[in-house]
Amino acid sequence: MESRNVIEIDNLNLFYGDFQALEDINIEIERNKVTALIGPSGCGKSTFLRTLNRMNDLIENTIVKGDVILDGVDIYKEINLLDLRKRVGMVFQKPNPFPMSIYENVAYGPKAHGVKNKAILDKIVEENLKKAALWDEVKNRLDKSAMGLSGGQQQRLCIARALAVEPEIILMDEPTASLDPIATLKIEELINELKKKYSIIIVTHSMQQAGRISDKTAFFLMGEIIEYSDTTKLFSNPQKKKTEDYITGRFG
Amino acid sequence: MRNLLDDKLEEAHEMLLIMCSLVEENINMAMKALINQDLDLADKVIDNDELIDSYEENIEDLCIELIATQNPLGSDLRKIFTMQKIISDLERIGDHSENIAEIVKLIGEQELIKPLIDIPKMAKIAIEMVHDCINMYIDGNIELSIETIKRDDEVDKLYEEIYSELIELFNDNKEYKDQIFSLLLIGMNLERIADHATNICERAYYMVEGERVEL
Repeated sequence: MESRNVIEIDNLNLFYGDFQALEDINIEIERNKVTALIGPSGCGKSTFLRTLNRMNDLIENTIVKGDVILDGVDIYKEINLLDLRKRVGMVFQKPNPFPMSIYENVAYGPKAHGVKNKAILDKIVEENLKKAALWDEVKNRLDKSAMGLSGGQQQRLCIARALAVEPEIILMDEPTASLDPIATLKIEELINELKKKYSIIIVTHSMQQAGRISDKTAFFLMGEIIEYSDTTKLFSNPQKKKTEDYITGRFG
Repeated sequence: MRNLLDDKLEEAHEMLLIMCSLVEENINMAMKALINQDLDLADKVIDNDELIDSYEENIEDLCIELIATQNPLGSDLRKIFTMQKIISDLERIGDHSENIAEIVKLIGEQELIKPLIDIPKMAKIAIEMVHDCINMYIDGNIELSIETIKRDDEVDKLYEEIYSELIELFNDNKEYKDQIFSLLLIGMNLERIADHATNICERAYYMVEGERVEL
């Protein structure tokens, strides 16, 4: 049987040179749940998100200490980066489709991982566009440039692209920050649907969004996790004064 | 934004306090009307109930506005939600006082079958409970809430006694049957008032502690 937690983090500390961006992070991320990370700008939530697929490796002078265990495997010691990125997909704040066709955007990952058969690729593209709730809108123009899609469609395409390599976890860094309310709603509904198969970790500046879509919420402040609990509890009856002050708008 | 929320919360809170004092005053007046068989005072109780109802509506509108525009969370959310619940209980207490006043008018100037002893005793406790539960809401005093809620048992016990006594009188005094029935109804209304006071205590407990309690 699969364990309840998909990620377990033990004493994670992260430094950008002299600056400590994350301090003694201990958290367990549950499988097939949506976990929201909230907190004021610069609190470390996006940095934390990026430790989960080692995006911080790209930043010079970054030192990561502690254990990030994905299904029993330490992602900083026991796995190669390509495998990690396949298992942990990411969707960014600004939709960033590749400047190629809709079809090629989704097929890109599987191709990079060695899938060459056209029929299989066709199937992967269709399945994942359907999972991302985009298929009906684009099925007649798969060969057209992805850049011609609306912002909301582009973001769903990026989600389809992330799904195409069959990840276990999807990281989302403010995925609706640049979208209108209708497109935001579509992404939120999609997230709710996707959690049946995937574990989702989302950074959001909107506490209302965290409330709407997440099962668990972690509140970050100055590189630390102040409180981590069920979303309903965190927003209705937080246990820490700093959390209460933040969610009621007393600071931050 | 925070200032706006604080101002509006304060405004709602002040309206709630006025509503509370009107409710308290109305039970007191209803009981005075009964004891003195003062029909004018009974009319006043009935008129005042409309004012209580309008406070409920205004507070509710303000709560809805705050939820719709301010996205309250944490203690703000609990405060607004509690207020919303408490005004329903207060409104019901108001209705029970109005019921008592209506019954006072039905009894009219008819001589009472016996001097009123237990009903005023029951009313006194119910009124104190309402008073305490409102203070408990204002001060967030949890100890007080537990004490207050315990008194509900006293009210229930008195009601049982009144009930038995009146049923006994009923058998030998058929000419007073309407009045006996009226007095029974007054007992029932007082018993309900104490129940609503208990609800308010439980709600205030939730507001302070963030957890429900069956006290």
